[in-house]
Amino acid sequence: MLILLLKLFYEFFKVGLFSVGGGLATLPFLQEMGNRTGWFTTEQLYNILAVSESTPGPIGVNMATYVGFTTAGVAGSIIATLGLITPSVIIILIVALFLKNFKDNKHVKSAFYGLRPASMGLICTAGIGVLLITLFNIDLFKQTGSFTDLFSIKAIILAAVLFALSNIFKKIHPVAWIGVAAVVGILFRFGGA
Amino acid sequence: MKLLFELFITFAKLGAVTFGGGYAMLPIIQREIVEKKKWATEEEVLDYYAIGQCTPGVIAVNTATFIGQKKKGIAGGIAATLGVVFPSVIIITVIAAFLTNFAEYAVVKNAFAGIRVCVAVLIVNAIIKLWKKSVVDVITFIIFLAVTVLSFIFDVSPIIFVVSAAVIGIIAKNLEVRKKC
Repeated sequence: MLILLLKLFYEFFKVGLFSVGGGLATLPFLQEMGNRTGWFTTEQLYNILAVSESTPGPIGVNMATYVGFTTAGVAGSIIATLGLITPSVIIILIVALFLKNFKDNKHVKSAFYGLRPASMGLICTAGIGVLLITLFNIDLFKQTGSFTDLFSIKAIILAAVLFALSNIFKKIHPVAWIGVAAVVGILFRFGGA
Repeated sequence: MKLLFELFITFAKLGAVTFGGGYAMLPIIQREIVEKKKWATEEEVLDYYAIGQCTPGVIAVNTATFIGQKKKGIAGGIAATLGVVFPSVIIITVIAAFLTNFAEYAVVKNAFAGIRVCVAVLIVNAIIKLWKKSVVDVITFIIFLAVTVLSFIFDVSPIIFVVSAAVIGIIAKNLEVRKKC
C-alpha cells in the first residue's frame, strides 16, 4: 500500500511538473500514465473528465483526486492531489520571491507592461472558446447543414439575459448568477437530458 | 495564524464555486480577492495569470500560491493552495465512492449546461473589467489583438505569446526612454 501511494505521488508529481497551461494540459500525460500503469483505461479517463467538468474546482486537481481514489482509496485521492500541486507550489514560491526582489526593476516593469495585454489576449481566447461551445452547435450544424441548428437559441437567450442582469445589478455575487443558471438549465433541459 | 486560516477558508470558498477551471475562477477572484479582501490589485491578478500560463501546474493553484505568498510568505502560499484544492478533494472523493454515474444524471447534465452559459458570461464581464488595466496605449492594444487572434488560430503553447510580449514590452519601453532623451 505504501509503495502504491509513493508511486501515485511520484506519477502525479511528474504530471504537475510537465503540464504547462491549465488543467486540460494534464490530459495527454494522464492518458500515457493510464496506458503504462494500468490504473485506468482511456475510456475511464474520459468518464473522469466528464465528472471533473461537472463539479467545481480546477480540472487537473479533480482528475488527480478521482484517479487517486479509484487506485488507492481516500489516502490515494489526497496523495495524488498533493503530488500534482507540489511542483507548481515550489516553482511559484521561487518566482514570487524573485518578483519581490525585482519588482521595482525597470526592465521587469517593462516586461509586465507587455505581458498584461498578452495575458488579457489569452483570457479572451479562452472566453471566445467557451462562448462558441455554449452558444453554437457547431457539430450538429456540420451534420445537418441547417442554419437553425447552428445556434443554441435557449443558451443565447440565457446568456443575453444574464449579461444584462449581471451588469445592471453589479452588487450581486457572481455565484448567485451561477445558481440561477443551474436552475434555468434544469427547468429548460439545457443539456437535452 | 489567523491570517493563514483566513487564506485557507477564502481559497476553499473559491475552489468550491469555480466551475470549469482557472479562467472560470477569474470573476470570483475579482470579487472576493480584489474587491472584498483587497489582497491583490487587478494588475497583479493579470500578472499571476500570465505567469501561471508559463509555469507548470494548474492556473487556479498557481494564483492561490501567489496571493497566499504575498500575504503571508511561504506558509501563506501553502495555506491558500491547500484551501483551493480542499473542496475538490472532498467532492470528487464522495462522487468516486458513491456516484459513479454522476455525469450521466439528467439533472446534473442540464444544470451544468446552464452553468456553462453563465461561466461564459462571467468571463466576458471579467474581460471587460480587466481591459482598462492592461490595454493602456497603442502598443498594448496591438499586443492584445495579436495574441487574441494568433492564439485563437494557432494551437501553440501560450509560453510563446507571453515571452514575446514581455520582450516587446522591454524593447518598447527602452525606445520610449531614448526618444525622450
